[in-house]
Amino acid sequence: MNKIPNNKAWWLVLPMFLLVAFSAIIPLMTVVNYSLQDIFDQNTAYFVGVEWYQETLRNTRLHDSLLRQFGFSFSVLIIEIPLGIAVALMMPTRGWQASAVLILLALPLLIPWNVVGTIWQVFARGDIGLFGWTLNNLGIDYNYTSNPLDAWLTVLLMDVWHWTSLVALLCYSGLRAIPDAYYQAAKIDRASPWAVFRYIQLPRLKNVLVIGVLLRFMDSFMIYTEPFVLTGGGPGTSTTFLSQTLTQMAIGQFDIGPAAAFSLVYFLIVLLVSWVFFTTITHMERSDNGNKHDK
Amino acid sequence: MATNMISKRNLGMLMYLIFVLLPIYWLLNMSFKTNDEILGQLTLWPTDFTLNNYITIFTDASWYMGYVNSMTYVAMNLVITLLVSLPAAYAFSRYKFVGDKHLFFWLLSNRMAPPAVFLLPFFQLYSSVGLFDTHLAVALAHCLFTIPLAVWILEGFMSGVPREIDETAYIDGYSFGRFFIKIFIPMIRSGIGVTAFFTFMFSWVELLLARTLTSVDAKPISAVMTRTVGAAGIDWGVLAAAGVLTIIPGILVIWFVRNHVAKGFALGRV
Repeated sequence: MNKIPNNKAWWLVLPMFLLVAFSAIIPLMTVVNYSLQDIFDQNTAYFVGVEWYQETLRNTRLHDSLLRQFGFSFSVLIIEIPLGIAVALMMPTRGWQASAVLILLALPLLIPWNVVGTIWQVFARGDIGLFGWTLNNLGIDYNYTSNPLDAWLTVLLMDVWHWTSLVALLCYSGLRAIPDAYYQAAKIDRASPWAVFRYIQLPRLKNVLVIGVLLRFMDSFMIYTEPFVLTGGGPGTSTTFLSQTLTQMAIGQFDIGPAAAFSLVYFLIVLLVSWVFFTTITHMERSDNGNKHDK
Repeated sequence: MATNMISKRNLGMLMYLIFVLLPIYWLLNMSFKTNDEILGQLTLWPTDFTLNNYITIFTDASWYMGYVNSMTYVAMNLVITLLVSLPAAYAFSRYKFVGDKHLFFWLLSNRMAPPAVFLLPFFQLYSSVGLFDTHLAVALAHCLFTIPLAVWILEGFMSGVPREIDETAYIDGYSFGRFFIKIFIPMIRSGIGVTAFFTFMFSWVELLLARTLTSVDAKPISAVMTRTVGAAGIDWGVLAAAGVLTIIPGILVIWFVRNHVAKGFALGRV
């Protein structure tokens, strides 16, 4: 749609801008301020310049949790995106079943995050939880409180349980928007189910998948509450992700300066990855459209 | 072969639904058990059925006020978000103005700020303006991530409404305000429904900010739940019952928007 140039539109945006700026810019500036100072207590602080930023380049603890974070977010995307598409393809399309499945799938999304942690904390326990108990009775030695790998897998499973529905619902709505005529044409051409998926459904899912991948990347990269409740970051540091490391530094050890410096770096990483991802996708779209015009 | 395909599909769907529901069933199951039964032996359903866990919650003001507080700030957040996002989204969908693209990206970038270290500045900010421990503080803080999403969703829906409709209305002598309320808003009803759903969802499930900005008067239910960890261990039964009760508002909300979900989850962008 062609938009009309009109700077008076700022008046419509202004209330929203002021409201968000109040909660966004002032705290951000405070964090920038922290990151440049060595703070002992409320009244004693020294300006240290970029020292904390240099420190973040050397701090192996931060690097480890950053790596863990990337590993986790990557695993989340690798599992949840294909699984979400698969679930969306399996969902019934009409009748009461469709509504019922929709509501049931949306359930995990609407549970407070600490309750999600609690649910899995109980569910995965070897003594009182169905999941842990079943695994142990099948002869699998599973204990998420003492085995780092089990803990990591449990957090991953919890995240898959929690968020795959979002991808599935996004894809489901993308699929519903495909006109029936496309499928009829495919039927006449005797297209295989794979061809239907590859050439009709998948291209139509691109827009919603961009949203899905972006939301899942951002949220899994900032995950805090669920693993905190489930494992407390342990055993050892196997499930201590980035936000938790930062919280420990800022509140536990009161190392506010380095924590602030690193959270700004962290913020920039998320911003950069999202931006690269977003521009790549829009670029692809543009070249797609360009090709269409050439023909 | 066709029936074979369908049944395979249904089987897959059924298995995924079981995966989704089992952990929730386990919580529900636990909420009707006594602590002795929970810790004693593993039972697939409550053998010693009890409602005591729920009675504990509904008879203790410090418990049920947690729910009231949570719902209050979620409702306030919803109203604020819709009031400021509707005009903003309209501006983004209809007009070009100085800095519009940067503003939009800045808005979305707020969703990407890691909350952990921003907690302390938030606490200081809201304390300094005298809002600490009020519902309004939490509602305003949650605006940080609900408004960007709301503007994004609404803009998608509004772009789907042809501009000719606006122009016709203006020619017919409608003022902007009357056109917006009488004609435009009814046209994007399902968009507003979905926006409300997402706003509710992200505000209701958030814990960190809500817990940091409150202490007594506006304490959210998720913070109250930590009370179940006492000197005598965890009161599993009450914890489970409280957890089950946090799921119910979500079910109600998804029930109301279920017919718009198919279109709306794509954020109006397919």
